[in-house]
Amino acid sequence: MSVHARERRTTPARIARPIALHTIVIVIGVFVLVPIVYGILGGFKDNPQLANNPIGLPAPWVPENYTNVLASSDFWRQVFNSSLIALSTALVTVAVSALAAFVFARFAFRGREFLFTIFAAGLMFPFAVAILPLFIILRFFGLLNNPLGVILPQAAFGLALTIIILRSFFRSIPHEVEEAAILDGCSPFGFFWRILLPMARPALATVSVLAVVNSWNNFFLPLVVFNDKVWWTLPVGVQQFSGQYSADTAKILAYVVLAMIPALAFYAVAERQLIGGLTAGATKG
Amino acid sequence: MKTTKGPESAVAASPVPRRLVPPPQPRASKNRGKARKRITIILFLLPGVILFSLLVLAPILLAMYSSVFKWNGFGLLPTNFVGLDNFTRLLDNEIFLGDLRRGALLIVLSLVVQLPLALAIALLLNQKMRLRALYRLLFFAPYVLSEVIAAVLFSMLLSPERGLANEVLGFLGLGTSSFLSEPETVMFSLFIVITWKYFGFYVILYLAGRQSIPKELTEAAQIDGCGPWHVFRYVTLPLLGPTIRITIFLSVIGTIQLFDLVYVLTGGGPVHASETLGVTMYDIGFNRFQVGYASAISVVMFLLSLVFAIGYQRFVLKRDLDGATTTMGGGRR
Repeated sequence: MSVHARERRTTPARIARPIALHTIVIVIGVFVLVPIVYGILGGFKDNPQLANNPIGLPAPWVPENYTNVLASSDFWRQVFNSSLIALSTALVTVAVSALAAFVFARFAFRGREFLFTIFAAGLMFPFAVAILPLFIILRFFGLLNNPLGVILPQAAFGLALTIIILRSFFRSIPHEVEEAAILDGCSPFGFFWRILLPMARPALATVSVLAVVNSWNNFFLPLVVFNDKVWWTLPVGVQQFSGQYSADTAKILAYVVLAMIPALAFYAVAERQLIGGLTAGATKG
Repeated sequence: MKTTKGPESAVAASPVPRRLVPPPQPRASKNRGKARKRITIILFLLPGVILFSLLVLAPILLAMYSSVFKWNGFGLLPTNFVGLDNFTRLLDNEIFLGDLRRGALLIVLSLVVQLPLALAIALLLNQKMRLRALYRLLFFAPYVLSEVIAAVLFSMLLSPERGLANEVLGFLGLGTSSFLSEPETVMFSLFIVITWKYFGFYVILYLAGRQSIPKELTEAAQIDGCGPWHVFRYVTLPLLGPTIRITIFLSVIGTIQLFDLVYVLTGGGPVHASETLGVTMYDIGFNRFQVGYASAISVVMFLLSLVFAIGYQRFVLKRDLDGATTTMGGGRR
């Protein structure tokens, strides 16, 4: 109590501190914002403007860079591919993980912990290590230039984290719920499908959001799997576009800015699940 | 070991009674129930086990297997066995050795600059201040963007002739820099981009850790006469220990497998000055088709991660998790 009373008095330090605090935070905020704002404004300039006036506002504003990208079917195709692959990845990851997590959480059997440990160790297998043999295996199964060639490996590498998060959630649901369900005639699958999954909706949302974001941003795998530009995702598209038009900075900036809008919009909507999932993933994994 | 889980597994294992019909005698149906339970377990685990074995375990085993062969990547399995030749070649490969040095540099920079910066900002954001939620949202935004987008944005920003960064330096009278096109500066430019992309992630983790520290503890320390520095040094910092150790772990593992950002930002250049293990592996494997040799690099990456993970868990994380990361949750039974 006395501490609070002392703090409340107006001293120079009490005024100076918030100002210092805000200054630091604002400087860092500027560091974060500058590349994004530079991109947005740069997209509205033409190349001579970019060279002579990289800092100021566009004069005049040139919307053609953006409208050209929005009019190109390649861009929309990539948005579609990224969405299709991200949603399918999330669906497969969560469905497969939920089944396994259910068994890991609520059944006792020999080798359970061993098997779970192997799955969880998947967290430590970096994607980059597996990429080369993965390419060979996907080629063997004829999955190159096929969206499944990206969806399935992404789901497989997402299993570890998803199973860990879902298992700990499934464990937290009291046994009484399960007993009541069984007495009312539920099979194990019935309990899982009609009771456990609906109860686990928040956890399912969290792991789905994580899967979507990871898939959306993945670059390495689509880069090696999709030779055919029909299936390029946005990251691959951005990289190829910036290579193709390397002299036309303004055009590239417009493309990059438009490519980041879906991710930022998704972040704005699903911020809570995303951050909840990442902190849960880091502390549990 | 079979039924350590207690009553719920026994109940789950019993056959399905019809609605409103009393459960059958347990003894009579014990065997049928057991078989049923086993089938349920197998069916539920099967999709996960197949997916995981085929697309996670098999690639890693295949990488290990092909790392002792000379192989151009045609077919499913290599045939030209060369023993540890690929690995001895790696020891003479200046680019590979450079990858290791550059990785070490990035790890040191991350631990000395990036993580302390993130910690400081998390502690600032933990205070009551206006627009706190907005700052948090802003700092985390780069993490949500693809590394490709970050890389392309910064390659424009840092471009020597037209980039914004040189304009600002010139305006401040600090001269100009060629950032990404000089071997001397490229690693530091790369590190700035890494920091831009990832520090928000660590801020979020530290914030979550800080918020889980009960208020009573810091208040008690204040009442006992601790100044802000002492509260930080003797209360907050030790209690953030688990979070800090996890972030160090994530940072090191992330650096070992760094690929996207470097590949798009610099392609590993100029003259390999920013190349990482992932980029070298990609180049050797996918551009030069020396799959066996590239697999040897994969194996080195894998072993580095594994040795670090196991050692770190054994000696550092042990205190926090009461078990290894690999048995997460196992300790919570």
